[in-house]
Amino acid sequence: MSAFLASIRRDLLLALRRRSEVITSLFFFVIVVSLFPLGIGPEPALLKKVAPGVLWVAALLATLLGLPRLFAADHIDGTLEQMALSPSSFGLLVAGKIAAHWLLCGLPLVLLAPLLGLQFGLDAPALGVLMLALLLGTPLLSLIGAIGAALTLGVRGGGVLLALLVLPLYIPALIFGAGAAEAHGAGLDAGGHFALLAALLALAVFFAPWATTAALKVALE
Amino acid sequence: MHNDAMLTVTDLACSRGERRLFSGVSFTLKAGEWLHVQGENGAGKTSLLRLLVGLSPADAGTIHWRDEPAPAAGFHRELLYLGHHAAVKDELTPLENLRYAAALDGIALDEGIALAALARLGLRGREDLPVRVLSAGQKRRVLLARLLTRPAVLWVLDEAFNALDTGAVRLLGELIGEHLAGGGMAVLTSHQPLPLPGGRSLLL
Repeated sequence: MSAFLASIRRDLLLALRRRSEVITSLFFFVIVVSLFPLGIGPEPALLKKVAPGVLWVAALLATLLGLPRLFAADHIDGTLEQMALSPSSFGLLVAGKIAAHWLLCGLPLVLLAPLLGLQFGLDAPALGVLMLALLLGTPLLSLIGAIGAALTLGVRGGGVLLALLVLPLYIPALIFGAGAAEAHGAGLDAGGHFALLAALLALAVFFAPWATTAALKVALE
Repeated sequence: MHNDAMLTVTDLACSRGERRLFSGVSFTLKAGEWLHVQGENGAGKTSLLRLLVGLSPADAGTIHWRDEPAPAAGFHRELLYLGHHAAVKDELTPLENLRYAAALDGIALDEGIALAALARLGLRGREDLPVRVLSAGQKRRVLLARLLTRPAVLWVLDEAFNALDTGAVRLLGELIGEHLAGGGMAVLTSHQPLPLPGGRSLLL
């Protein structure tokens, strides 16, 4: 467990020393979301309707932006080899890196979402539902994305391949995440969507680090 | 008996794609012994080392550590592998690099030991500079400081003498000598002759 925490702390410190990378993906999220009201026009009913979908798609793309770097730097400088040979469990170290990715690229999106939701004229309860859905959904994006990042590690042009590989796998998260806010907007209970998101998250927490570790071991051979 | 022939390698073979790099490589290492792996560029020295530490699977042959097939439980705790790559982070200081390397290995590292290791490798006064501003040789020295901060029985060093000046080459020789004298073992690749006792060489 201490190795898991050390892995998170290390990645957070590295991100702090190289802030531009994290800030880039956050700005990307803010700008993409802000472009939609400008493009669609100031029609409150329409904006309110597209808001969850726009925020979710922007969150998917922003998460994707940081994924190629998740393992690349550690792979190039040989740190990943050291992790694979460490007395600590490689799986725990990898899980720590995924957790750090979520803290840097996922959690800020959750915190920014209500601010951006205001542009679409969402009210407080709708913002709450959106935030909760993103809170359950963004870790899922990091976990699934990590598998793709590990599979495309060291592949030339891996960034595009990663997007093609990972975006289809993001569809369930998108459907249930955006669906929760839509259900709430239609006056229905969003509980079912949250339950399904949480179930997907539980499944991914269990399997994704394992699959990522297996893919990384192949990449290191 | 327990301490005899701790590392036993039998009939190891490795190929890259269609090309057979080497086959029938066998050797044993006992406490205090070291092996100098020699060969031309591309002969498979790095591949052999990667097989030894378990980073890639062998085509044929077996590797035993303390009479158990490697990598058995506890093998990684006794192994220190320093590869071609620097494996140090440019954004961190030498001290932070050592601290986090130890933390990832689940080992508590005393600050005094880390500082002493860096001082011995000639990095006194540079403990708190980002590694980015250090030279290639100094970066290499940061990595080599791990030899002093991470306890291990078997050292596997790939081209550890690269990018080092004559003083550092002598120092690394001393470090390996001390390690062997303390009952450790080492497997090295290097293109220069190494004046160390108990050594054997393996030509690929």
